[in-house]
Parts: sequence; C-alpha cells; structure tokens
Amino acid sequence: MSKFKKKRGETTPTVSTASLPDIIFMLLFFFMVVTVLRESELMVKVQVPQATELTKLEQKSLVNYIYIGRPVEKYQKLYGTSPRIQLADKFATIQDIPLFLEKHKITVPEPLHGRIMSSLRVDGDVTMGIVQDVKTQLRKSNQLKVNYSARIRTDDLK
Amino acid sequence: MAKNGSRRVSTEINASSMADIAFLLLIFFLVTTTIDVDKGILVKLPPWSEEEPETQKLNSRNVFSVLVNAQNQLLVRGELTNIADLRERAKEFIVNPTRREDLSEKPTKAIISLKNDRGTNYKTYLEVYNELYGAYNELWDEESMRTYNVHYSEELPLHMRKAIKSKIPMVLSEAEPTAFGEEK
Repeated sequence: MSKFKKKRGETTPTVSTASLPDIIFMLLFFFMVVTVLRESELMVKVQVPQATELTKLEQKSLVNYIYIGRPVEKYQKLYGTSPRIQLADKFATIQDIPLFLEKHKITVPEPLHGRIMSSLRVDGDVTMGIVQDVKTQLRKSNQLKVNYSARIRTDDLK
Repeated sequence: MAKNGSRRVSTEINASSMADIAFLLLIFFLVTTTIDVDKGILVKLPPWSEEEPETQKLNSRNVFSVLVNAQNQLLVRGELTNIADLRERAKEFIVNPTRREDLSEKPTKAIISLKNDRGTNYKTYLEVYNELYGAYNELWDEESMRTYNVHYSEELPLHMRKAIKSKIPMVLSEAEPTAFGEEK
C-alpha cells in the first residue's frame, strides 16, 4: 500500500499544453482563409431565391454588389415598404448606378476592366419592374456581365 | 564566470499566453465570418442601343415563347404550363428527337423567347430562367457525354466547350416586359 502512495507523490501528472497554441492557430488560419468580411450593412431585406444552375463568383475585387429589396423595419418609417436599391451602404436610385459603377471601376486595374461583374442580390418577393430598370441602366452603362445571386436548391420544384 | 551566470538565467520566452492571443483572434474571425460563398446565375446582357432593333421574320416552329404574367403564371407556346414541366418541354423543343413538325428544325435554329411583366415576382422569373438555362446545361452535358465521354463543366478545355456550344447554341432573347401588373 505504502509503495503505491509513494510513487504517486513523486510524479505529478500534468498534461502538456505546449501544442495548444498550434491547434488554435490551425483553427485560426482556417477561419481567416474562409472568412468573407461583411462589407456593408444591409438596409434592405434580401432573401435571394433558390436555383440549381449556379456558378461561383471568383475574385471578389472584380465584383460590385447591387442590393434590391424592401427596407428593413428600422428604415420603414423613413423610406416606406416599396422595393428599393441599396448601393454600398446607402439607399440609391437608378440614376446613382453609373457613378457607383465608375467608382468601383477605378479600384480595378485597367486590363481587368472587361471582367468586372455586377452581382444582383435581389429579394425573391420583389417585382420585376425595379429589377428591369436596373438591368436597363446596367446595359446603358455597358456593364453587361451580371450575376443573379441565388442559393442552391436541393429539393424538386413543386 | 559571466558566461556561467548568463547560462543559468534561461532566455526562454513564456509562451503560455500565446494560446490566449490565438483564441482572441480566433473568436474575432468566428464572429465576423460569413461562410456562404457567393453563387448565382451568370448572364450576359445584350448591349444597349438607342435604335429600334430590326424585326426578323422567324418561322414560328423555331420559337419557344415563354410568357410570365403578373400573377406568376406561365404561358408556354400558348398554353398554361407548370414551372416543373418547363425544363423537359424546352429540351424536347430544342433537340426535337421525334422530328415533329411543330418543334425546332435543329438546335442551332431554336430560339427561346422570354417575356415577363413588370409585376412578375423576381423569384418566379429566376426560377423560369433557371429552368431554361438548366435545359441547355443538360443538353450540353448529354452532347459532351456523346462526343467526349466526359461530363460538361466549366473546367472542360475551351475548344471542346466551343464545339459543344456551336452545336447547341443558347439563344435566349428577353423582350421588354409588359407593364400590366406594375406594383404602385
């Protein structure tokens, strides 16, 4: 009996935590790589529809985002509930689109100008009128590459 | 003597707070992360021109007209259709496997015409667009399997994709929408 007790007292069992930072760093780098920092606060409700034929957007710096949807509750007193456009972090009208596109364009190197894409993040409940006006304006501004943002649909259409 | 002294004072940095720092960064990134990648349906809009587009006379058998009204109902070639059936009908129209008189002469002549109302729901519009695009995607895949025995994808060499698309070109013309059900 006394033998056992003696041995325990001699060696203190401590778990080595030396590799803990490594594990945490690994997790950290994983999240750093997959992170997309939220670039602007959404002032309109955008619930994009579901679709199946999707392409992934590459090179975020070549993409400008146009949000269309109904204002969220916070802004409904001021702006009503009819669908609105949001560019960067403020409400906008169709006439603001060319300037917005131009502002994005100067941040992109010249040779890549042809690959700039507009991502239309449009709420599913919005009617086509406003979307059509935006499309027409994009065509007038010669911004022809457009991506209708959507989520993947896994179940069948009813 | 001096050497001895410096050796005794170990120069190891205490790294136990490293984990805390890493945790802090980790939590920051966890909070700000939005993992969803941006995906969507890629389209190329036609260039804008002020002039009226010249009207082409087309054989009506080569035109697959899809109308969507403000009540989100579909009229495909004059008959009310369900969105779920749209893809199959479009595929049948484009390839015309049974050589029917009222479907397209050949895939290169097939034209899909899409027209919606300003009051159509965006969700419905995108679903319709998705089905039409999906019909072409499936046909490209079948063609690719037939000639190259590989599935069609964006990773396919450009000349192969071009060859497939020249056999089955995607012609989807969108007309200026009507404004019967515009939301006020």
